[in-house]
Amino acid sequence: MSIPFRQETFRDDFTYRNSAEAVRRFPFPFPQDAYMYSVNIEPHVSVDPGSVYEHTFDIDEHYIAECEDRAITLGKTKNRFLALPHMMDAQWDTLELLMTSMARDYPDLFALSRDGAKWHWMNKPLNIDQHFVFGDTRTLPYAPLEYISRQGQGDFILLDQREGNLWVDAGVVTTQADWSLAFDVGMSFNEWHGPVPMAAEIGVFDRALKFLLMLQHGAPVRRLNWTMTINPRLDTSPEHYDQWGPDRASVTPENVGAKVHLRVEVQTLFRLPRSNGVLFGVRCYLASLNDLVTNPAWGQRLHRVLRDLPQPLAEYKGLVRYRQTAVDWLKQFDQSHS
Amino acid sequence: MSAMRNVVVSRIQSLAPGIKEFTFVAPPGEELSRFSAGSHIVIHSVLKGKPHHNPYSLLGSPDDPHWRIAVRRQEVSRGGTAYMHEELKEGDTLRVSEPINLFPLVRLGRKYILVAGGIGVTPILSHAREMSRLKMDFEVHYAVRSAEFLVLSDELRALAPGRFYTYFDSEQERPDFKQLFGNQPLGTHIYVCGPSGMIDACLNAGRAAGWPESHLHSEKFLAAEHGEEFTVVAAQSNVTITVASDTSLLDALEEAGLNPPCLCRGGACGQCEAEVVSCDSEFEHRDIFLTDAEKSSRKKIMPCVSRVKGGTLILNI
Ligand code: FES
Repeated sequence: MSIPFRQETFRDDFTYRNSAEAVRRFPFPFPQDAYMYSVNIEPHVSVDPGSVYEHTFDIDEHYIAECEDRAITLGKTKNRFLALPHMMDAQWDTLELLMTSMARDYPDLFALSRDGAKWHWMNKPLNIDQHFVFGDTRTLPYAPLEYISRQGQGDFILLDQREGNLWVDAGVVTTQADWSLAFDVGMSFNEWHGPVPMAAEIGVFDRALKFLLMLQHGAPVRRLNWTMTINPRLDTSPEHYDQWGPDRASVTPENVGAKVHLRVEVQTLFRLPRSNGVLFGVRCYLASLNDLVTNPAWGQRLHRVLRDLPQPLAEYKGLVRYRQTAVDWLKQFDQSHS
Repeated sequence: MSAMRNVVVSRIQSLAPGIKEFTFVAPPGEELSRFSAGSHIVIHSVLKGKPHHNPYSLLGSPDDPHWRIAVRRQEVSRGGTAYMHEELKEGDTLRVSEPINLFPLVRLGRKYILVAGGIGVTPILSHAREMSRLKMDFEVHYAVRSAEFLVLSDELRALAPGRFYTYFDSEQERPDFKQLFGNQPLGTHIYVCGPSGMIDACLNAGRAAGWPESHLHSEKFLAAEHGEEFTVVAAQSNVTITVASDTSLLDALEEAGLNPPCLCRGGACGQCEAEVVSCDSEFEHRDIFLTDAEKSSRKKIMPCVSRVKGGTLILNI
């Protein structure tokens, strides 16, 4: 299989587009007409060849452009890679997991050969050919987590487990939905999820935490999360709200289909073998409303979900400014409903 | 929830009367994963037709291509240790879980005191190895019945030169926990593994000295995932199934062609909740979804992780 990688941008002129195939495999996140928080965690096993769930880390047509966008963000802004010193083993664990998975799942794109601690990594799409010594940071141009994250799609956050909790102690975060690694590093799982309205009351995070503390090596899990973003912008960090926040006021009935994007995160969680840490992968998929309504069932359902979304959730997800415009526009795709 | 794999027994070695060390390698073409200090694996074995699931700590180095465990034959044998001692041969293939760690290293400690009693030395050795690698400040206290049971001590002594202390029951020696914990810097962690009496004495001494619970660690194994065989009747579909002792209720229902809803398969999401019509035995609720009141009501069960202790369970599915 060879993937036709696109040349595109996630900023300035926003040339990001989905092919018909990318829309077909988009992880549409709503199993019902109404949305509510739940412990929607399931085993991260390979299903549906061709889907985003086929491989441990999905690589798609946006791979090269996303890696380029991450390099820009890492170069221009501070604190997008952070790691507390006790997370070094977890960093190497992550590098190993990504390299072995990518080489196994996409043998025509990536290759890894290992002779004891002497490793040879080849990344054909990015033209990387790297010899290094596993465990020796001096043999890589970046820290292990930053090195491999620069070659992966989505954010990678490392959690340390202690005192019956998980702590956000390292990460590379450049494709986030309005949260800040610099602000959250060192926080516990509960503090990190503290601000989500309506979820704490129904015990979602307590149960999710208990479940994740028991997460076992070899049995990763995944869940979906979603929000919306104006323009296909990967980096919507709170530190740069001044750059993307005003976009929300730019939505009109004429441009809503092209500007408003559903932003779906396929979140994966892996127990890391050597460090006993947890890798939290947050892979972001973007599709415009125009993309989504090419599937009639999605257009209808998205109309109902957005229309009926409880106000506190709409506020938390930052949709309030343009929700009504989007609902009004989507209504034409929900004719069976008055 | 645990992932399973096969391993091949590459070496069996007697360490002391009633104690053997086993080395496992991956089957040809495969690789064993690394693991973290304090990890155990669960070995599945069948002895005289009865399945056994026994946890054993990994004592070797995570950088080795093999896994090592040590097993003491239990006098009143839980079948698993008898199987390991009498049936298992080099070259045999075993079904085991991937490593699980419920006794993990807290990497932010200032100093560590490792305490081992008897065969409880196995996870202590893996911690000592890790602490030595990470250049942490630690000391090891190792108590055994008599000198001949001081297994694996060469490796320990090499990892903790000058900080390795032994105690022999036969000489009326035992660690003085009160004194040991009385004078340690703030931020010291205790790791203890051994007979339950020793663990209690050690942890209680730590508490008495004012140590926070988060700094007192004793080995825990994964709670049994399996249990007794029982019968389940799916009332709506009018199907009767036997749930074997090493099969989950959810797996048994699926094997019988029923498709109950499920998602996490770990007792957290609530999807698989089933309504109980009746049950003539005890429930074993292992989920984290139902409230305590729901659990004691005998009206609900989560088939992905929970079961009953024999008898017949009738579900409204
Ligand atoms: S499948 Fe999630 S609780 Fe049973």
